[in-house]
Amino acid sequence: MSKTYYNPDDLRKFSKITEWNEDLGNKFFDYYGKVFEEGALSAREKSLIALAVSHVVQCPYCIDAYTKDGLQRGIEKEEMMEAVHVGAAIKGGATLVHGVQMMNKYEKLSM
Amino acid sequence: MPLLKSLAARKDDLSKPANQLKFLSNGIFREEELPLFKDKIAESGNYPLKPKKLEILQLNLGYMCNQVCSHCHVDAGPDRKEIMTKETMQQCLEVIKTTGAHTLDLTGGAPEMNPNFRWFVEEASKAGIKDFIVRSNLTIILANKKYHDLPEFFRKHKVHVVSSLPFYKKEKTDKQRGSGVFDKSIKALQMLNAVGYAQEDSDLKLDLVYNPAGAFLPTNQQALEQDFKTALKEDFNIDFDNLFAITNLPISRFLEFLIASENYEDYMYALVEAYNPAAVENVMCTNTISISWDGWLYDCDFNQMLELKVDSKVQHISDYNEDLLNNREIRISQHCYGCTAGAGSSCQGSVA
Repeated sequence: MSKTYYNPDDLRKFSKITEWNEDLGNKFFDYYGKVFEEGALSAREKSLIALAVSHVVQCPYCIDAYTKDGLQRGIEKEEMMEAVHVGAAIKGGATLVHGVQMMNKYEKLSM
Repeated sequence: MPLLKSLAARKDDLSKPANQLKFLSNGIFREEELPLFKDKIAESGNYPLKPKKLEILQLNLGYMCNQVCSHCHVDAGPDRKEIMTKETMQQCLEVIKTTGAHTLDLTGGAPEMNPNFRWFVEEASKAGIKDFIVRSNLTIILANKKYHDLPEFFRKHKVHVVSSLPFYKKEKTDKQRGSGVFDKSIKALQMLNAVGYAQEDSDLKLDLVYNPAGAFLPTNQQALEQDFKTALKEDFNIDFDNLFAITNLPISRFLEFLIASENYEDYMYALVEAYNPAAVENVMCTNTISISWDGWLYDCDFNQMLELKVDSKVQHISDYNEDLLNNREIRISQHCYGCTAGAGSSCQGSVA
């Protein structure tokens, strides 16, 4: 197998991060588990948010995990792709809105 | 993609149960990356797995089927000719009359394709079994004129119909079960509703079976049932009673898919990670005897497909002895992780 920075098998080992700091690791997983429970938002909605965010932060492990999670929940592929577009739109918008800062700076520096 | 032929017809290595069992005990299991099922259940004090009171007699009337579904653990299809004879059915009838089991569960293939199916249902229904299940793939009802009256036949004998429908949308269903299967299944469900199945004040029960269309586990059964009920009612005015969510077990054609799609290791990891000792308490092999088309006895339908006969002096319907069978140890291998993952899986859905 060619060497890459990301190894899909590492996703299975995620829980092992507790081995080097049990207290903080467990606190993270407790928090993580709570976040994804049914709440004011349904677990299904949270799964789609997680999928969108996974793309925005460009985490291949998270993309694999939440694509599978979506399939398990019966989420349609069209819903998944729309969620990804929401993430892309925010990310694109976030880039573009900084253009205002660029414009301000340009104007300030210009005679 | 749906397959055209069974593993058996293709003479694939995996058509031999011994090869499947060997595969399930090598690689990640031999190298101890993952624990053997036997060791895993020993951790929770469940080894050896022993039967409880017998509740369900499951009869496989033959491997012949009008469909060739990509996940089929029976490796059923039109090219499979194994079929239960009338003589074996008669032996089963003798057992049904004396057994303490309250449920009779007829499977296949498509059990309706057995030429003696109707005769057997008529005879067996006289035995006063509380719950008489026929597992129908639905499309058989529309496959040929001679099957069109099956809903009426089921109604007459108060058969509890358990129908396969992997999803409430066409694309996923057809991908797993073959082109056109979804539309025919919908029509068949409407026909069952029309004769009274799953209607208010009706005692005619119609349950659906969901199994994931791919290498992932089923989610919460109740949530899925709600999604199915809403979608089928809104889109097709279909009613049903319960949804059974069943995990795909890594055997036969589903094992073939896992290997070919390079999902096998991830899937086994997911099953082992989701291992639930509470599910072990209620796995179906503890209250079921599965009888094959040729009369051999097994702990469950999956063991039947792997040719793991009951570990008992009595191994055939012709020697059936419930007391002796109750003293056996249940035979297990790594495929059993499929029944103990998450909420557990049985022919009646979740168990934990």
